[in-house]
Amino acid sequence: MNVPDDLKYTRDHEWARIQGNRITVGITDFAQDQLGDVVFVELPDVGDEVKKGETFGVVESTKAVSDLFAPVSGKVVEVNAPLVDAPETVNEDPYEEGWMIVIEASDPKELGELLDASAYRKFVEEEQE
Amino acid sequence: MANPTGWKPSMEKEAAGVDAGIVGLLGATRGLVMEEPLVFEQGSPGRIGVSLPPLPAGADAASELPAALLRGEIAGMPEMSELEVVRHFTRLSQWNWGIDTGFYPLGSCTMKYNPKSSEALARLPGFAGAHPLLPTSMSQGALELMWKLERALSEIAGFPASVMSPAAGAQGELVGLMMIRAYHVARGNPRHKVLIPDTAHGTNPASAAFNGYSTVQLPSGPDGRLHPETVAKAMDDDVAAIMITNPNTLGIFESHIAEIAEIVHARGGLVYGDGANFNALVGVARPGDMGFDVMQYNLHKTFATPHGGGGPGSGPVGVAECLVPFMPLPVVVKEGESYRLVTDPAERPQTVGKVREFWGNMGMFIRAWALIRELGPEGLRRVAELAVLNANYVRAELKGHYNLPYETDTLHEVVFDDKLQKEHGVTTMDVAKRLIDHGSHPPTVYFPLVVHGALMIEPTETESKETLDQFVAAMRAIAAEASADPEALKAAPQKPFRARLDETRAARKPVLRWTPGMKVE
Repeated sequence: MNVPDDLKYTRDHEWARIQGNRITVGITDFAQDQLGDVVFVELPDVGDEVKKGETFGVVESTKAVSDLFAPVSGKVVEVNAPLVDAPETVNEDPYEEGWMIVIEASDPKELGELLDASAYRKFVEEEQE
Repeated sequence: MANPTGWKPSMEKEAAGVDAGIVGLLGATRGLVMEEPLVFEQGSPGRIGVSLPPLPAGADAASELPAALLRGEIAGMPEMSELEVVRHFTRLSQWNWGIDTGFYPLGSCTMKYNPKSSEALARLPGFAGAHPLLPTSMSQGALELMWKLERALSEIAGFPASVMSPAAGAQGELVGLMMIRAYHVARGNPRHKVLIPDTAHGTNPASAAFNGYSTVQLPSGPDGRLHPETVAKAMDDDVAAIMITNPNTLGIFESHIAEIAEIVHARGGLVYGDGANFNALVGVARPGDMGFDVMQYNLHKTFATPHGGGGPGSGPVGVAECLVPFMPLPVVVKEGESYRLVTDPAERPQTVGKVREFWGNMGMFIRAWALIRELGPEGLRRVAELAVLNANYVRAELKGHYNLPYETDTLHEVVFDDKLQKEHGVTTMDVAKRLIDHGSHPPTVYFPLVVHGALMIEPTETESKETLDQFVAAMRAIAAEASADPEALKAAPQKPFRARLDETRAARKPVLRWTPGMKVE
């Protein structure tokens, strides 16, 4: 299971790459492995407001449909539109090409509530029990 | 006499792997099945399947039809003989799988046998030829049957009345939520939220959302049950209803249901029952007595009317007294010795309106009524008892071979997962595919979502012990194969006409329409 040290994580298996107040968001390697082959990704529009912990989109695999949860609140400033036609990218490269949205965070305090890599690894191991 | 080609009867069995006990434990073997192109790829210009008398001299068929209905050119219509058409559909039917072919333990879907006697009764000319626009004076028999079925369903589930028209379970849910909303609106506040446990069918949140409600997901406890304290914490004056399936999708009876209903009622909310699993309780316990205010019956599950491609379904809805004024129209009423359809909203001013053309799926009413009359109260109770017994037999026989994520007692279905097989790289999907090689339809897979890699098995009451034993033997053989030869499972199924299909590609790049000249793989 690949959990890069330079990212932050949620208990819903999203990752967040923090660059100033620009937060890039995707789903973790563990999440894509659990989902199996991703066949459909539904993302918000640029300009939409998202709230921490609430749904911002949907990812569908041959096994299940899952909601995507925003790691922080803010405005969606970028969307990875090519994913809609190439959902397999989420499986192939979840942390780079498979990114989903960029959020302009409205409340920097929320960033402190995210898990770091070792806390997320521990969380996944416990959930696997 | 020796066969000059060297063929021996044993070769057939060896090739099929039946003797080795690897596959075929429910009787699957090899057979000659014909490849069949699409109907549009067959025929020859000018070929025709019917013989018509020649047109009289000077007649012009086109002038007999309104110009607006004439098409200048018909491209790509297959021109085939009668025999070609018959073979086409016969061959396609041979690729099919149904409950009449073999075991079909699709959890939650309740694929029980549909008795042929019910079919025969539904085909009686008086029923099959009835037209919904006939005046009620000429439809008394059909109306009487609807009225009697409505009375029987209401009695069986413990409600004062039932709505007959919804076309299937999901529409029944939708109608149930429409009535709940109308009830709250009439009291001055529709409210905003519906509570739904994490074991629910996906249609529950959809029905709530279609009625303008946001949904609040409630976690089930470690025993797979919904707990009163979870409901109490989420319950407030803005909750319109809670939606509960009982037994839930893990097959577990929600034993706190009465207490949960009390908590919801105390704050003015209503309790919706998803009747998808009512077949586990029929004749034994009544949802109306447990505190449910409304519940859809899936006639195509509990009452053995056909579904899954052979439908249509039928989803009548039982309602508590407080919802009766909001029932959709039409409803059948008995006046003296005759029956009447109430269709005028003036008679029921609070009705949510009409939800389905005509009266509902009449053919299903006939089949369900036939079954209820055939079985009677004792027989219906046996339906639930045998469904529970069969599921628990499979559970006991497979325990240890497959992991049981919840130890809690279950009723009419049992959910295993692939934890033990995953150690060898074998997943639920591989197990499901291998079952096809044995001659069984796979169980429901990857549902409910609270179980990772779920294998949800519902044998139903109509299967014999012999069939269950064959299924158990097949499942055990697959578990053994998972540790001995996991690669073989990855390549399954081998026996059906089409081997493992590329489900990922089918979902990512679906081809939904044939066009002339298209290359069909």
